[in-house]
Amino acid sequence: MFPGGDEANESWAAGDRDQEQLPFSALLEDSAEDLYENAPCGYVSTLMDGRIAKVNGTLLKWLGYRREDLIGHKQFSDLLTIGGRLYHETHFSPLLRMQGEVNGIALELKTANGSRLPVLVTSTIKQDSDGEPLLVRTTLLDAQDRRTYERELLRAREQAERERERVQRLAETLQRTLIPPTLQPVPGSDVAAHYHFASSDEVGGDFYDLFPLAAGRWGFFMGDVRGKGADAAVVTSLARYTLRAAAVSDPVPATVLANLNTALNQQPQEDEPPFCTVIFGLLTPQEGDGGFHIVLAGGGHPPALLLRADGSADHVPTPGGQLVGVVPDAQFATATVSLGPGDTLLLYTDGLTEARTSDSGERYGDDALLDFARVLAPTSAPEAVEALTVLLDSFGEGLDDDTALLAISVPPAGR
Amino acid sequence: MDVLKRNHVSVSGRESGPVVMLAHGFGCDQSLWRLVAPELEKRFRVVLFDHVGAGRSDTAAWSPERYSTLDGYAQDVLEICRELGLGPLTFVGHSVSSMIGVLAAVQEPWLFDKLVLLTPSPSYIDDGDYHGGFSEQDIDELLESLDSNYLGWSATMAPVIMGNPERPELGRELTNSFCRTDPEIARVFARATFLSDNRADLAKVTVPTLIVESARDTIAPREVGAFVHAQIPGSELVTLDSTGHCPQLSAPEATAEAIIAAVQGP
Repeated sequence: MFPGGDEANESWAAGDRDQEQLPFSALLEDSAEDLYENAPCGYVSTLMDGRIAKVNGTLLKWLGYRREDLIGHKQFSDLLTIGGRLYHETHFSPLLRMQGEVNGIALELKTANGSRLPVLVTSTIKQDSDGEPLLVRTTLLDAQDRRTYERELLRAREQAERERERVQRLAETLQRTLIPPTLQPVPGSDVAAHYHFASSDEVGGDFYDLFPLAAGRWGFFMGDVRGKGADAAVVTSLARYTLRAAAVSDPVPATVLANLNTALNQQPQEDEPPFCTVIFGLLTPQEGDGGFHIVLAGGGHPPALLLRADGSADHVPTPGGQLVGVVPDAQFATATVSLGPGDTLLLYTDGLTEARTSDSGERYGDDALLDFARVLAPTSAPEAVEALTVLLDSFGEGLDDDTALLAISVPPAGR
Repeated sequence: MDVLKRNHVSVSGRESGPVVMLAHGFGCDQSLWRLVAPELEKRFRVVLFDHVGAGRSDTAAWSPERYSTLDGYAQDVLEICRELGLGPLTFVGHSVSSMIGVLAAVQEPWLFDKLVLLTPSPSYIDDGDYHGGFSEQDIDELLESLDSNYLGWSATMAPVIMGNPERPELGRELTNSFCRTDPEIARVFARATFLSDNRADLAKVTVPTLIVESARDTIAPREVGAFVHAQIPGSELVTLDSTGHCPQLSAPEATAEAIIAAVQGP
């Protein structure tokens, strides 16, 4: 590096600038008037009442009008399509009046030969020295290509919306096949159920049913398939129909679950084995004072709740019951319950107990549910489902999983 | 539900004065009254509100079922009147809100002292001898314009802006905020506005009515003003020397004068 070298370069550069600038601007032979008249955009100035006062050559060329056709005769909104005029009057003008400017609004011009020219319109209000609005200056940019592009985007969005609706309809239809449309009335009891769909476009994995078997007996079940979406729906559907079929051939609850376990184990296993949690129950009417003898078999499912006529409430544990579908020789635990007058049996899925009750992610939990049941008892199936539905609603966003409820009760004695 | 919050209702002006309710039309929100409101507030108790879906109303209260006909908006007006409990008031409705006022005043006339219909049109669609000025195709074009211009509305920004209307750092996004509407809602309101036919309701109005039209208005031409005048029994008609569909912006003094005369008149 030589000291002063930079300076020398700079003075050379400065001299270069001086010499080159003059010939450059002279070469352009540009003027403000020419720029206005032949700018690559349309210019139009209008009086505050909308009448056109000045217009440039570019816009006249686009429109196919002569200057004298427009000046003093037409309003700016006359150059728009009728729909565009409506938009201009209801949106553009009010905004311009209130803001003093409006930027980049897409409108369509109607040319002299009737064709349409999409433009982007920007307007500003010029005020006089007292701040009173004097005239409106408007710049119009040819937006044909941009509008084509926007239409494509709009079309893509509309298609996406149609697809979404289709998926939603499909999911809803599928979901309806996983739960009975209405519960069949069981003589000598009240039954009620509720299903909370966490998402309208995804099929959940909860399922339940209640159906008659031979000799006045009834079968019922509540289950929850791992996962969501199409794969879960396939397993849910298989589980529901297998349980019903299995119960017809041999209604002993532990056997029903064992048959489901076999069916799920025979499913082709691509990634992870399909499995679920289930409680299956067999309802046998008792002779004499009414009520039912119930045998429950549990496979990894949250325990049923029994709400007694005397106001007590407890879990009905089926300890040691394994998840259904994981291992070929899974063991299922059985419990027996006597459902007398005024008693209510409640089945639910873990969407209820896993609901988040605070921002820190605390879950509702088994204990809270048991406390809730103790306050509720004695109750009836419809009352219990109603109360729990209100509870579910109170979780709001915290209820992020599908949740199913099924309750069976015997009317109190003397009803 | 809090009706006053739902419709972003504000009450201002002279507490002992007669009550005047200003209802904005299709397109923007209650700020469209800001050039006439100060003049009115000197004399009257002024009630401003946003239709559900517009301005800073509670858009969660919006549903296509309730707001796809003008009747839903008229119910809102009645609910606001009852909730405020300020006694019979003068209802000033601009554009489509003039017909919303007509529906409300036909249903519960005792809530209204007077009606002021600013640039009203009972039907925008041409029908036989009646010349509303537009065809259904024109309204489709308007819907297209709505679709190509989201006017400061964006799905991602809307909740932020709605929740923090005064935050200066959002100033850039607040451009065009007076006309900010969820495009879905705007479409439904546009159809309710421009496809309703309320011609048969005009004759049922029993409340004293003043019609204020703009001399040069492409949306509600003078022929339509004359029709409304002829149909509403005992109504009066004032023509302002103004251009455009929004005389409260283009001729605020004259508009305020007409409203003041109507409220103070016999």
